[in-house]
Amino acid sequence: MMEFLNFYVVPGIVTGSVYALGAIGITLIFGILRFGHFAHGDLATSGAYLALGATALLGLTPWAALPVAMVLTALLAYGIHRLFYRHLESRPKILTVIASLGIGMMLRSIVQVVWGVDPLAYGSGIARAQAFGPLMLRPREIATLALTLALVAALLAFLRYSKWGKAMRAMSDNPDLARLCGVDNDRVTRLTWFIVGALAAASGFCLGINTELTTMMGWSAMLSMFAAAVLGGVGRVEGAVVGGLVIGLAEELSVLLVPGPYKSATAFVILLAILLLRPQGIFKGKVL
Amino acid sequence: MNATTARDRPQPILVMHQVRGGYGDADILQGVSLAVMPQEIVVIVGPNGAGKSTAMKAVFGLVRIRSGAIVFDGEDITGWSPDRIVRRGISYVPQVDNVFREMTVHENLEMGAFLSKGDLSAAFDRIYALFPDLKAKRHALAGDLSGGQRQMVAMGRALMLEPKLLLLDEPTAGLSPKYMQQIFQICRDVRDSGVSILLVEQHAKQALAFCDRGYVLATGANRHEGSGRELLEDPEIAQMFLGG
Repeated sequence: MMEFLNFYVVPGIVTGSVYALGAIGITLIFGILRFGHFAHGDLATSGAYLALGATALLGLTPWAALPVAMVLTALLAYGIHRLFYRHLESRPKILTVIASLGIGMMLRSIVQVVWGVDPLAYGSGIARAQAFGPLMLRPREIATLALTLALVAALLAFLRYSKWGKAMRAMSDNPDLARLCGVDNDRVTRLTWFIVGALAAASGFCLGINTELTTMMGWSAMLSMFAAAVLGGVGRVEGAVVGGLVIGLAEELSVLLVPGPYKSATAFVILLAILLLRPQGIFKGKVL
Repeated sequence: MNATTARDRPQPILVMHQVRGGYGDADILQGVSLAVMPQEIVVIVGPNGAGKSTAMKAVFGLVRIRSGAIVFDGEDITGWSPDRIVRRGISYVPQVDNVFREMTVHENLEMGAFLSKGDLSAAFDRIYALFPDLKAKRHALAGDLSGGQRQMVAMGRALMLEPKLLLLDEPTAGLSPKYMQQIFQICRDVRDSGVSILLVEQHAKQALAFCDRGYVLATGANRHEGSGRELLEDPEIAQMFLGG
């Protein structure tokens, strides 16, 4: 039982948090801007490496570098929108989808040029796990869960109670009517990219600090993030969180049933199943 | 002269003058002219494809206008963007998809006042007094409401900013007769509170019976105008599309 909790459930929840933070971005972009953002994994990678850059250049600890990386990645996401996606806004959405694939490659290549292709880490040394009853948790695992909880709670509160959070929901719900109400489309788009970029950085950072930094890390995690977004219901932030945790757990637990190399196929199986059986997802999101 | 004309004041709140325009290259509107007086309910009726909804959307800046002019409250608003028109004092309720389904009734109303920076409590009180049904349902999601209640949410949302003119596109479409009468009664209350209403109606008979004045549109142009009663009693109109 202890082995089950500590070797499968805890890593599953940690991985799930990484997926959740990424899936929120994917679901917000799909809900508000109406396209599948395939540069999302590489945006997360960029954020993770920007945090690494901040530790090296500014001498910060990894966790202190995270806010810097979140701000920089938010600006990066908005910059990508301004430079590329915005010019495709009036064209069929599939063009933006394909463009985002290209943007993803570009971001990955830039990371490879700057930091090389070998795996890196935020710091060396082995973190000792602390016992919490039967649970053994490492500080970085506790911090990952706390960060995810805090970011999700802050985002949900923002969407629920603030004027511009409501405007974002309105834009996701009924864009024509939102415009009739005088909601400024550009401002909502800008806000969405800032939020999405910051969360992507947090996602990539958590992945990097719990494993290692590789230039393919975001790209590899993106399928799971998409699966999480669809599973939770596209456009649903709370759905993306639940979906992320379910996918993360399912991937870790799948090792009990099938050989390890099939781990990453788990998300794909869940994605296919949910599209066939309940395309609106757990929380009744938009049907793709 | 009947009672309706006696109500008229000299300055109309809205004038459409010989408006031509449409969405693509083809002009759906082939010269529509109409006027709405302060505190008046004006209805546009006509057969399918007559351009009724398009005429209304033209007022709200949702149609490309090729020629003609639209004057609101003494100011030429031809070619203005919808959000500028909202600020100027016109609200528009589309026929379909006119609520935020995933938001509560209260949040829907709040979105109606998105452009307002001030305290909204007085506006909420006013709308809930007009639509008591909505007050009880204020925390329900708009998408979970019945069609009639959803229409009330849409109208309430449009009235939050105290517009001078309310545009309603087929507010009774798909509603039961009970709700239709309720919507019409609310329109009268809204008018009596000082708001002019221009609405498009498919239920021509009922709409002409309740409105102050009506316009009959056909193939994108004016065909008849007059008080609701005059139009109802016109045998040509009766034959045209009212089903005798």
